Amino acid sequence: MDLLEYQGKQLFARHDIPVPSGRHATSVDEAVAAADDIGYPCVIKAQVKIGGRGKAGGIKVADDRHEAREHAQAILGMDIRGLEVHELWVEEASQIEAELYASVLLDRGAKKPLVMLSTHGGMDIEAVAEEDPDAIATLHVDPLLGFQDFHGRRLAFEAGVPAELVRPIGGFLRALYDVFVAEEATLVEVNPLIVTPEAGAGAAGAGRIRALDAKVTLDDNALFRHPDNAELRDPGAEDPQERMAKERGLTYVKLDGDIGILGNGAGLVMSTLDVVAQYGGRPANFLDAGGGSKAEAITQAVEVILSNEKVKAVLFNIFGGITRGDEVARGLVEAFRQVEPRVPFVVRLDGTNDEEGRRILAAAALEGVRTAATMDEAAQMVVEVAKQGAAA
Amino acid sequence: MSVLVDERTRLCVSGITGREGSFHALNNKRYGTQVVAGVTPGKEGQSVDGVPVFNTFRRAVQETGANTAMVFVPPRFAADSILEAADAGIAVIVAITEGIPAHDELRVYNHLREARPGVRLIGPNCPGVLSPGKANVGIIPAGFFKPGNVGVVSRSGTLTYQIGNSLAQRGFGNSSIVGIGGDPVPGSSFIDILALFEADEQTELVVMSGEIGGAAEEEAAEYIAAHVTKPVVAYIAGFTAPPGKTMGHAGAIVSGSHGTAAAKAAALEARGVRVGRTPTQVAELAAETLGAGR
Repeated sequence: MDLLEYQGKQLFARHDIPVPSGRHATSVDEAVAAADDIGYPCVIKAQVKIGGRGKAGGIKVADDRHEAREHAQAILGMDIRGLEVHELWVEEASQIEAELYASVLLDRGAKKPLVMLSTHGGMDIEAVAEEDPDAIATLHVDPLLGFQDFHGRRLAFEAGVPAELVRPIGGFLRALYDVFVAEEATLVEVNPLIVTPEAGAGAAGAGRIRALDAKVTLDDNALFRHPDNAELRDPGAEDPQERMAKERGLTYVKLDGDIGILGNGAGLVMSTLDVVAQYGGRPANFLDAGGGSKAEAITQAVEVILSNEKVKAVLFNIFGGITRGDEVARGLVEAFRQVEPRVPFVVRLDGTNDEEGRRILAAAALEGVRTAATMDEAAQMVVEVAKQGAAA
Repeated sequence: MSVLVDERTRLCVSGITGREGSFHALNNKRYGTQVVAGVTPGKEGQSVDGVPVFNTFRRAVQETGANTAMVFVPPRFAADSILEAADAGIAVIVAITEGIPAHDELRVYNHLREARPGVRLIGPNCPGVLSPGKANVGIIPAGFFKPGNVGVVSRSGTLTYQIGNSLAQRGFGNSSIVGIGGDPVPGSSFIDILALFEADEQTELVVMSGEIGGAAEEEAAEYIAAHVTKPVVAYIAGFTAPPGKTMGHAGAIVSGSHGTAAAKAAALEARGVRVGRTPTQVAELAAETLGAGR
């Protein structure tokens, strides 16, 4: 689960990571009140789960109340790379002397947490990695040992952080690692991590650094241990069909074609999309009914697929292991009773209890349902009937 | 020969008293796997269709000589069960459970590598291991497969069956079918299993089935070029998958590629590994490479 910037910052604040003070707003009036409260200048920031907000005009500085209202009006409802802005974060403006990049993530290759630090923050870090890989200091942490002070020093020195900031940056990285572990994140990224100008003689270095942005991805599988985080889900920003599927425990991704796809297991469903595409079809969705799909889940899956009006035909591709073919067949029969689909279905059923499943389908003699013996045959068949449906 | 499980496998099932655990444990037993014990805390003395249940893995190993574990408990208990099996001296642990927290997997993986290098963990979130005609540990529908010379290693469960099925239609049987699982931190990688197949006499060709995300396929490509003498045919699922709605870019920086199917296929083909575009094509490539199935 990806968090919005402000949710990530609130999480940071709970772990004593310095962030600019700010307030959340969902309307123009709320945003203006928040800005008055924080004082001017302040920054109005669109809250969407996608990069490039600044370039798209989703981040603006307001010098007074009039500008705050103007910016809030412009940003709320704005479309940023396909996502509509429903929420704002109003934040005190920060003075910036330097911008760094810091992150902790689960490195799937090394199977260890990876901590990264660079003094080239504030810009496209992927481009930095490509053009000047030495500009990013990296370090793998043994998860059984945890982050040590020397890790922080090493990263800070290797990244070329000024001497007076080595200790505070090291402390910041430790706190970031603590967030990664304590909240069971798979990614915690701060870009930019800023250094503010020295306030005067004797200003402690630690008081000069702040996380100006926050990108946090939490592990969905661990949310049962973090009930507060589980509530951060953002149903308003999701596609209605995807939300409907999620509520029913199905994995659904909407695509832009006209052939509805249902399968069991992510790999088989991906493969099914590929094979359908090879036969000239365009999948309308990815839907993984999951391991051990029961009849009820299948019925709900059919409802989700058919709620997309573009769907002209549906392909069921089931190879049962933990999923039983008879359950799938029963679910389909029940779905036809409840939903009465108007589009043709092609069903391919193999694996555990497949014969019984095929028997159930044959006995029910559902209108518009045909069966195929192999995945290739099923894909060809569904592409064919979808074309006929589109022509009709 | 075959890899990981065979007629010497003595299986202990954690979660055997649960609905799914008992269904599949007994399926494995009917297939001919020696299912010698089950573990459910507090239920020692009971039995599931003749399989004795113990409170701890330690007791199960002492009493039955179990050498292989299958973990079927819910996600929040699964890491603990894997660690318990390893602590009791089990050598091969097959974790079927889906949905284990990634940080649990990190701890388990690194502990096993550091403290118990002799233990092999397959999964989690995997369909298990089948050596046709010898033993089935997991949820693979074994009736579809017969003994033969093709080893299969795959990240996905149901796709493994599909590929095995396509191979069977071409007349091929399998030495072993190994599902390594699709989680971010699998206990065994493609490379680990490729090494086993390379050393296995029965295996003459390996089919490797990958999918989008991560860089395990790219790493396997390097390994194959350097260490595998047997022919390998690959399949990658997800050519038409839309780019993920990822937020941070840190993952892409690490892998050095974007984890796309096209990038993976290109990496494999650059190392001389043929990549089928559909499961059917994979079987065709296997047939071209080996001649007719046997």
